[in-house]
Amino acid sequence: MASEITQATIEVTRDGRGTTLHAAGDWVVRAMGDVDRQLRALKLGSGESVELDLSGVTRADTSGAWILERTRREAEAHGRCFLKGTPAQLEELMRQVGESYEPADSVPRHPFAVIASIEGLGRGLVAALLEGINILGFTGQVIQTWFRWLVMWKRIRFTPVVYHMEQVGLNAVPIIALISFLIGAVLAFLGSDLLEDFGAEVYTVTLVSFAFLREFGVLLTAIMVAGRSGSAFTAQIGSMKNREEIDAMKALGLDHIELLVLPRVIAMILCLPLLTFLADIMGLLGGGTVLMLMEGMSPGQFYYRLQAVTEIQHFNVGLIKSVFFAASIAIIGCYQGLKVEGSAESVGQRTTLSVVEAIFTVIVLDAAFAIYFIEIDY
Amino acid sequence: MAADDDNIISIRGLKNQFGSQVIHDGLDLDVKRGEVLGIVGGSGTGKSVLLRTIIGLNRPRAGDIKVFGENLAKLPDDVRREWESHWGVLFQDGALFSSLTVGQNIQVPIKEHLTLSQKTMDEIAALKIGMVGLPPNAGPKYPSELSGGMRKRAGLARALALDPDIVFLDEPTAGLDPIGAAAFDNLILSLKNTLGLTVFMVTHDLDSLHAICDRIAVLAEKRVIIVGTMDEMMRHNHPWVREYFHGPRARAALDAKG
Repeated sequence: MASEITQATIEVTRDGRGTTLHAAGDWVVRAMGDVDRQLRALKLGSGESVELDLSGVTRADTSGAWILERTRREAEAHGRCFLKGTPAQLEELMRQVGESYEPADSVPRHPFAVIASIEGLGRGLVAALLEGINILGFTGQVIQTWFRWLVMWKRIRFTPVVYHMEQVGLNAVPIIALISFLIGAVLAFLGSDLLEDFGAEVYTVTLVSFAFLREFGVLLTAIMVAGRSGSAFTAQIGSMKNREEIDAMKALGLDHIELLVLPRVIAMILCLPLLTFLADIMGLLGGGTVLMLMEGMSPGQFYYRLQAVTEIQHFNVGLIKSVFFAASIAIIGCYQGLKVEGSAESVGQRTTLSVVEAIFTVIVLDAAFAIYFIEIDY
Repeated sequence: MAADDDNIISIRGLKNQFGSQVIHDGLDLDVKRGEVLGIVGGSGTGKSVLLRTIIGLNRPRAGDIKVFGENLAKLPDDVRREWESHWGVLFQDGALFSSLTVGQNIQVPIKEHLTLSQKTMDEIAALKIGMVGLPPNAGPKYPSELSGGMRKRAGLARALALDPDIVFLDEPTAGLDPIGAAAFDNLILSLKNTLGLTVFMVTHDLDSLHAICDRIAVLAEKRVIIVGTMDEMMRHNHPWVREYFHGPRARAALDAKG
């Protein structure tokens, strides 16, 4: 039966005429560890005559035969090697194994580490630059397709847009509502505590409304949606790419940007402002709740203060930004999905990249908008 | 242990069912040590399910499966895993681990089950790469960089990593060009001859059946309706068997063999 294995052994005897190696036992891969180490440790002098006695070998598989063949080659490289008592089957196996073996690397060869890391830095920079250019190009393609769509009304497919609106918008409502409410509450709590020192706690309402409507509502929503839906876009399109579905579309004369990218971009652009609106309301509610419970403000007072200090442009700023954030999240998500190549690992890498790039872009855009709106005094 | 010592796999009264759909019912099959057994059958007769059931990926509703004379399903996990290292499986598309190179893929079972030095494992990987007819530069490549035929060969190399007693092949020649398929057949045959390998092969390839299978088992009507040599297949009267082995493609394959 297969499991009964006698450990392979090698016995080395040296006399005046040379070295004799007696191999015995089962030379199978499972019984190989010790003899392999012994044979590697064996030092042969040059011109030494080696006799390899294989008469004791009861069984051998390819790995065992290879180790014997390797030993034979090594001995021959140093001097001479004679085989003795080799069973016919083993001789044939050693011949075949010797023919099949060619040194092959198991891992790619890496150049010198320092040089490699400098090279990696350079390549990374160039790749980042190219990626930026590619995403801009892809954005152009999307906009072009969109215009084509607008001209040809009949081509518009509403079903996928509505489907993605459900995924991106409706399904995100509970989580966005919850986190905005909590952040609004935290903001009011910390704000009132801090402003109390200056006797200015009445301004807490101003702080909450200003911060939430201009920044927090839209940023929280965008980051949440980038993690939730931008990544989903990449994974969906990426696995379609892996199964050659994108190629099939192209071969059938279908436009993958029109079918896959545009519905997602449009759904995102429609949903993110709506979600931002929801986040604004919930954030104000959260702030209001804390002020009412902790600071003894009445609902009427809160409502009055809110109306008095809030200008509509704060709200507008948040909504205007949300449209641009939406477009970048959706476009980056789809772009990374289309960049997936070959393996499941690639889907994972691209999904990570998609979320990181989307959040990065959102924050860079946000900074640019902050400067812009301050400069135009809006 | 009434099982005949010649039988490396023996299946009795196997029943497989998914939901209300019965795939196998009362299936009996013996695989002899050192033979190449080809499994044929129409689409949906559960050829791959049978293979998956034997290697333990699918739990049968009823029946006994003995491999190496042991009922593996009833053994404790660690003993079963030890036995499982005595077979190799080639899945349809190779099923290589995509995050590892070909060489690393081959080393996975060796690392898992044995303690050999890294140098020796590299050598064994290189040897297997050569044995399955891949060029040496395939070693450091990732599966996504290989063609379908090369992935199959790499998958076979991984299946052979521990020099198993049995290899299970799921449609090994599907998707290969005729020259590649014939080379694959020869490879299996020479491995069988030198290593005394037992091969359990699900296939649709009539050329393979002619060229390398010692016996053929036909799956139909939820069980194995006949097991035998090619000649016995040719004489059998079951309508599906007749159509399969006397159809135009079968005749062409037979003529080619001469």
